[in-house]
Amino acid sequence: MTSPVLEIDGPAAPPRDNGELVFAEPWESRAFGLAVTLHDAGSFTWDDFRDHLVARIADWERSHPEGECYSYYRCWLDALESVVAERGLVGADEVADRAGALAQRPAGHDHEHAEGHGHGHGHGH
Amino acid sequence: MSASINPDRLSPALRTEALEQLLTERGLVDPAVMDKFISTYENDVGPLNGAKVVAKAWTDPEYRARLLAEGTSAIKELGFAGPQGEHIVVLENTDTVHHVVTCTLCSCYPWPVLGLPPGWYKDPAYRARIVREPRAVLAEMGLTLPDDVEVKVWDSSSEVRYLVLPLRPEGTEDASEEELAGHVTRDMMVGVAR
Repeated sequence: MTSPVLEIDGPAAPPRDNGELVFAEPWESRAFGLAVTLHDAGSFTWDDFRDHLVARIADWERSHPEGECYSYYRCWLDALESVVAERGLVGADEVADRAGALAQRPAGHDHEHAEGHGHGHGHGH
Repeated sequence: MSASINPDRLSPALRTEALEQLLTERGLVDPAVMDKFISTYENDVGPLNGAKVVAKAWTDPEYRARLLAEGTSAIKELGFAGPQGEHIVVLENTDTVHHVVTCTLCSCYPWPVLGLPPGWYKDPAYRARIVREPRAVLAEMGLTLPDDVEVKVWDSSSEVRYLVLPLRPEGTEDASEEELAGHVTRDMMVGVAR
């Protein structure tokens, strides 16, 4: 590397994520990436997205199935779905229909789609 | 939704994949751009950036003054900028004041200098309790502060992100800026370590 932005080794290299996975599961990184990319492209302002995120987190904290663990990125995904629906980009029913179709793929599809979908790490957590 | 599909099967992974497909098909998301963002935040942007800012402030009094007066532009001098870094305020720890940061409503965090937030920062318990009983929470996280140190809790707003400038460790008078950066942890820059 000719001009490293970050020192990977050496004394000035504390663990970049301090020993924690940044994303616990591959879908979390995709949901993160979608929001950041859409914002970057001007599809919504960050304040818009944050308002939806704050509302979803408050909803969960007010009421959730007993025993369900808090998932920040689940709230993030809910917020993303609602902000893209509000903006008329993708409707909630469209997401559900497509997800339903994806659910009916035969077992083993993951292997064909493994490349580029962030699979390969995070499984088993 | 298709009548034959049990909604419970629509896991977040499937919903995310569906959303990504639809947004990509409509030209609203460029997969290459998205992969770059993910890779950047997974691999390149992290607490080391903030550690470099802190180490420079410890060794360069003029930089320290600029950093405390106008955090965002001083941080940008080192090349760190981007989403969630538009307005960063730097909080200076002293012998008598300790700052700790949270975001009670969601989990706002200064990405350009710290990367993405750790699990505990996003946890509802941390976000609620650090405001109500900061000394108890800090003690549980391994930081017991003397009574004569005032604790100030800062709640991130929609505009402002905070970075704590920790006290320079004793015995580091001869250390280089690079060596000093190695002393700085993410937890120090959030204020749950000192």
